[in-house]
Amino acid sequence: MKRLPQWAWALAVLALVLLFNLVLTPGFFHIEQRDGRLYGSLIDILNRSAPVSLLAIGMTLVIGTGGVDLSVGAVMAIAGSVAACLIARPAESPLGGINLHRSTPLILLAALFAALLCGLFNGILVSWLDLQPIVATLLLMVAGRGIAQLFANGQIVTFHLPSFSAIATGSLAGFPNPVWIVLLTFLIFAVLVRSTAFGLFIEAVGSNPVAARYAGVDARRIKLAVYALCGVCAGLAGVIGTADIRGADANNLGLYLELDAILAVAVGGTSIMGGRFSLIGSIVGALLMQALTTTILTRGVSPETTLVMKALVVVAVVLLQAPAFRSWAVGITRRRPA
Amino acid sequence: MAIRLKFRHAAALGIIAALSIGMVGCSNSGDTSATNSTTTSSGGATNSGKKIVMGFSQIGSESGWRTANTESIKSAAEQAGIDLKFDDAQQKQENQIKAIRNFITQGVDVIAFSPVVETGWKPVLEEAKKANIPVIVSDRRPDVPDDLYVTFIGSDFVEEGKRVGEWLAKDMNGKATIAEITGTPGSAPANDRSKGFEEAIKAYPGMKVVFSQTGDFTRAKGKEVAEALLKSDVGKSINALFCHNDDMALGAIQAIEEAGKKPGKDIVIVSIDGVHDALQALVDGKENFVVECNPLLGPVIMDTAKKVLNHETVPKRTVMKDGEFDQTTAAKALPDRKY
Repeated sequence: MKRLPQWAWALAVLALVLLFNLVLTPGFFHIEQRDGRLYGSLIDILNRSAPVSLLAIGMTLVIGTGGVDLSVGAVMAIAGSVAACLIARPAESPLGGINLHRSTPLILLAALFAALLCGLFNGILVSWLDLQPIVATLLLMVAGRGIAQLFANGQIVTFHLPSFSAIATGSLAGFPNPVWIVLLTFLIFAVLVRSTAFGLFIEAVGSNPVAARYAGVDARRIKLAVYALCGVCAGLAGVIGTADIRGADANNLGLYLELDAILAVAVGGTSIMGGRFSLIGSIVGALLMQALTTTILTRGVSPETTLVMKALVVVAVVLLQAPAFRSWAVGITRRRPA
Repeated sequence: MAIRLKFRHAAALGIIAALSIGMVGCSNSGDTSATNSTTTSSGGATNSGKKIVMGFSQIGSESGWRTANTESIKSAAEQAGIDLKFDDAQQKQENQIKAIRNFITQGVDVIAFSPVVETGWKPVLEEAKKANIPVIVSDRRPDVPDDLYVTFIGSDFVEEGKRVGEWLAKDMNGKATIAEITGTPGSAPANDRSKGFEEAIKAYPGMKVVFSQTGDFTRAKGKEVAEALLKSDVGKSINALFCHNDDMALGAIQAIEEAGKKPGKDIVIVSIDGVHDALQALVDGKENFVVECNPLLGPVIMDTAKKVLNHETVPKRTVMKDGEFDQTTAAKALPDRKY
């Protein structure tokens, strides 16, 4: 029992949700090929969970250092607005004068660069100015959406550029591109934190910053790096969200997704206090959240109950993770027969 | 150490201060464009010869519809020579209440506002009443006693839903299996559009709503809901889709296309608002019918404000005229569509 990773509980609940659908939602497991791509509810779960998965990957590292990044939703909006404005170049937008000749790679780089700047801004506030992460990132969470709206001049900027929308709507080997993007990002981050000392440094900073400093870990540079990486992940999520609807909706893109990302990380077994993190757990967490959403949407459950059902599942997972609750539950079941 | 810490905190405060000054700077520049009207004609003067000052509390800038609405109010105030104090509440009721209180303290001549939600407006409107400042409600109606505002100017959301329902019933010869993607739960347009639609299709036993789920008035959610819908068992049987606004319909159209079906043909799509992109979808044959929700309330609001301050009687309710578009009429309207 002790050998099980923390995210095993999330995985178990995810399996339970899927089992529920296997029995009670006809057609949920049906997958077919349409126009060379796989099509079905399970593929939807993978595809739709991509933005939150990406946010959760970045957020995992930040939370690993004992911090939190509340601005990721707003950074998504900024990256999305930058991309959409650079493609459509509306005359009213401050970015309208920049011409990247509708080159998808350049536009993608520009959007990710904007997100990187946002991440660096957070990182500087947290590491060099010693602001509490929740306060430092709150700044950009509030102001960021305004910046995105400023870029887009308050409009939903729509565009037509098939090579850019393919980032979200295209597919490779049957699977939608966002699934591959998440997989690739996950692999890069996994190598980064497990095959180099970077992951160890993050855990050191998160579990005991003083000890880490005495051991020679430069906490500031580690923190700056994780916030910057988190920004880039958010930028990628924003690009996917924008490419998906062929337009940047600065008011709604990524709205409240920072909370979903934190929830995915917590459900995935990463300690919110920092010091121990699990990337795979966060992905499982994001998949669980999306599996719930897709289940609810497919079954046409009334919108009022949606949030309650999500909350119940999250409470269940978090309780199952808590050793104190488990021993209490075991105690109760043991007492009853006596 | 202590000194260093202090320095850090000072630097942090400096950054915060710089940021907030930046933000104030932005809102100031927004204000000037609105208050520039001071130099224009004296058309906005009351009987006593003083220029009318209006405080307007806007919901925010959540959609293309809202942007057009704000634009209309600002330009109409300028044309009418009314000094407009404009506040953007960023979709938060507390910001709106704060703005209205500010308007009362400043002693504006008339207050106008679009309530973001229906409830919770009674205390602040009573304060305005006590200060003898008339209140004009625009776009959405608040749930307050009638004597707390002079008039409500806006579209009839129930009527919009009804018109969509009636057109659909006629087009489908009274037989349709319908999915509904609703607006933000609890908002007046979502409640009323559902109600009107249901009233209209009640007369046709062959018209059935088999699926209803919220898309929160956004494109992304509209697409996600439609994706899930198309994979469900009921989704396979539907042949009509009613969306509470255009943006959700535009998202749903993408989902339907990605599922390999033809929007506008395999599934008849109807929605409300009449934004540019929806008219384009009509022209492209991907949507079938759109009832307009007129955002150009500015001229009516300014006109009403003048009448109220000149002690003329105004109707308690001014219903905006909403147009409607099908695939042929949309082609004509599209080139002039600004929002």
